[in-house]
Amino acid sequence: MSRLRFWFLVPARLWLLFLFLAPLAIVCAYSLLTRGTYGGVERPWTVESYQRLPDPLYAAILVRSVALSAAATAICLVLAFPLALFISRATRRKNLYLHLVILPFWTSFLVRTYAWMFLLRDTGLVNTALIGLGFLRHPLPLLYNDGAVLLGLVYGFLPFMVLPLYATLERLDPALLEAAADLGAKPWSVFFRVVVPLAKPGIWAGAALVFIPCLGAYLTPDLLGGGKSVMIGNLVQNQFTTARDWPFGSAVSIALMLLTLAALGLFYRRASKELL
Amino acid sequence: MLLANILSVDPILELRDVAKHYPGHAAVQGISLRIPKGGFFSLLGPSGCGKTTTLRLIAGFEEPTAGQIWLNRELVNGRRPYQRDVSTVFQSYALFPHLTVRENIEFGLKEHKIPNRAGRVDAAIALVQLAGKEGRYPAQLSGGERQRVALARSLVLEPEVLLLDEPLAALDPQLRKQMRGELKELQQRVGITFLFVTHDQEEAMSMSDAIAVMHQGKIEQVGTPEEVYLRPASRFVANFLGAVNWIDGVGLRPEITRMAREAPADGLVTRPATVTRTVFLGNCIHVTARLESGEEAVAQLGRDHGTFQAGEPVHVVWNRADEMRLS
Repeated sequence: MSRLRFWFLVPARLWLLFLFLAPLAIVCAYSLLTRGTYGGVERPWTVESYQRLPDPLYAAILVRSVALSAAATAICLVLAFPLALFISRATRRKNLYLHLVILPFWTSFLVRTYAWMFLLRDTGLVNTALIGLGFLRHPLPLLYNDGAVLLGLVYGFLPFMVLPLYATLERLDPALLEAAADLGAKPWSVFFRVVVPLAKPGIWAGAALVFIPCLGAYLTPDLLGGGKSVMIGNLVQNQFTTARDWPFGSAVSIALMLLTLAALGLFYRRASKELL
Repeated sequence: MLLANILSVDPILELRDVAKHYPGHAAVQGISLRIPKGGFFSLLGPSGCGKTTTLRLIAGFEEPTAGQIWLNRELVNGRRPYQRDVSTVFQSYALFPHLTVRENIEFGLKEHKIPNRAGRVDAAIALVQLAGKEGRYPAQLSGGERQRVALARSLVLEPEVLLLDEPLAALDPQLRKQMRGELKELQQRVGITFLFVTHDQEEAMSMSDAIAVMHQGKIEQVGTPEEVYLRPASRFVANFLGAVNWIDGVGLRPEITRMAREAPADGLVTRPATVTRTVFLGNCIHVTARLESGEEAVAQLGRDHGTFQAGEPVHVVWNRADEMRLS
């Protein structure tokens, strides 16, 4: 029995070793080495890369990443809650609505982000329409700013908030809502005193599923931020390519990972508290 | 007490030709009911008879298709549940799982923005004997305790009418019988009108001042427990409230049906029959006999009536005054 278990666990162990622990060790090692002239790393060992992290230039990127991720999470929550509530209370077509929520996954995220660029750019659909209708003379700067990145993040990760919320709201006993109304609670009160507290496990799970990938987002700020609204992911990419500073890129990656772990720990503690 | 006396009291709740139709299904078909203040009133009927729908119409969870609902001389049609001075004890209790016993009971008082709530909550907790369990969550309570919380949560608001939707159904049989007495006693102590929905005729009879028997969305009969049991208005009511022997179109309860080896003296009705089986039930014996007409009659006898063997010829005997005559 234990022999069998050993062999069954071999693929998982190999996977963890070669695709997780080994790359992690390499990134750790790189972050502690000196940059090579044409990229790559060389000796001596140093912690210089980490000492550069608090530099205001990089700190600002870090702060922007956390702020944009937090804002995207909050907006996703506000948008997803009514939608999840609607789907969970629907008597018919529940499956159709759920499929519509995950429908965007059927196309490449890259293609969908390009689609946003076509909508938002100066000669895009939105600006052309507004100018054509006479509302505007000059195009609005809709692309290449924090707002565009935020929009892209919310758009990209909204389903990850809807699905866990739906899962908790689906299990909510409708009799509890009737009981609350019966005891004198008006609809808003029912929502905030009964629905929201009971949806907390879903809220925390959704928040983790949106916040953490947002923090590491690369594609969205790259395309919709256009180098003007830079997030941690873009900084890492930039260090490995244009800047040819592999040690610093590695140090930023490690910092991002620690930040993610801290966020996960926080979400996990809140979620486990909600489940008693 | 006669029904006429009960109904002479000014009604706290009145239904006038209330109907509720769903697509392809008429759950409630024009019922009228006057429920007197301060009593224990039951809606009794089999599942699907419309009794729970009626309760939900009164609570405001559903709106009637037709008819009027009057609560304390005010027409309450169209009012939302939170605008009606009634409170419901749900079959599942519907306690808020994220709130403690105390917070559950305080919920309605907070919603009504009532000051100095602590005293009233304490009184409600004492009323249902839950002192010491205030800090527990519903998941940490037994079925009986949950039911008490549900009762306290509604009673603390002192509603005009307390609506109870099969509140004993989820309890085990032993506790269910014990709770009958406690519920009745509670109702008398607080003086609030109880409208109790059940499919269990024994439950309804043991607690109610008056019972409305429902069948297929209509009220078959309203009366005191004695009236509906002894003088049922229809064959349905007679059968629903207890076992009946139907002999020549006349109904006889098994407990007033007798079996005798010798033909009895005058003044009693008697029919020759053959014993088909006897069942020992501990506190009594059920003897079944087939009459010459082919009809079967069950007599519920005390153990001192001796034993009867299957195949034995007997006389089925009863007093004409005990016959149920359907109006």
